[in-house]
Amino acid sequence: MMERDPCDRCEELMQDFLDRTLTDPEWKEAEVHLSTCEYCRRRYRFEETLRRYVKTSAVERMPPGLMAKLEELRGLDATA
Amino acid sequence: MQARVTHGYGSPVSEPEPSTEAVRIARQARDRVRFEEEALALADQVYRVARRLVGSREEAEDLVQETYARAFRSWQSFTPGTNLRAWLFRILTNLNVDRARRSQRAPDMHPLEESDYYLANKLASAGGEEVLEQEQVVERLSQDSVVRALSDIPPQFRDVVVLVDIGDFTYADAAQILDIPIGTVMSRLHRGRRALKSHLAEETMA
Repeated sequence: MMERDPCDRCEELMQDFLDRTLTDPEWKEAEVHLSTCEYCRRRYRFEETLRRYVKTSAVERMPPGLMAKLEELRGLDATA
Repeated sequence: MQARVTHGYGSPVSEPEPSTEAVRIARQARDRVRFEEEALALADQVYRVARRLVGSREEAEDLVQETYARAFRSWQSFTPGTNLRAWLFRILTNLNVDRARRSQRAPDMHPLEESDYYLANKLASAGGEEVLEQEQVVERLSQDSVVRALSDIPPQFRDVVVLVDIGDFTYADAAQILDIPIGTVMSRLHRGRRALKSHLAEETMA
């Protein structure tokens, strides 16, 4: 049986690795590979940086005045 | 057992018992205020997600107000002790589906089959960088390009990406909010993130 390229396998596990949703054996497998493969470490850092960047870029504060409008909705009747 | 009649302070029979109805009403009013306080404490998070689900700030404000109006009206259907954040977002995403349906937006459904690896390299090479210097590519992306790329993802994928990557919901919560199986959350999340990267790659090459 032909061995799979460990970098392909690492690529396959990458998103779940970042989401912390891998099973323990998969986690171990990814960690072992990342500890020896500079290329995949860079890939990992890239994906992680991108996610963080997307998150900070996408966050927009609530406009002023919206909270007051929401406060006014308190006590709304179920039939209203 | 009959209450013993005593004299002086704390006599069990001399103080009128509040009617059970009055107690019920007082308790309900207190629960309601508590519910409203807890829901309003999440307003910032609700807005943050709403803003990325719809096209404009005005629409996001409307959507948040509709969400709170519905939540406050139907507060009694919320089970205390369960996840209020997920409950609120369930209302929000349902309202958003209705809005999208009303405005007849045709879902954008182009296939998104490029791999993460391919896209990362595309992003990197678009910046004229060494393929391995990918971190610097991220630094070059503008905030606007991320916002635009997010709004260009097909809605059913975007909902999942926004809930998980911006709203910090778990897969399980996102599944509950959108009323879809957890496996669907995962596949839409992966495809949505790829679509996002694909749009970012297009932007950097443009």
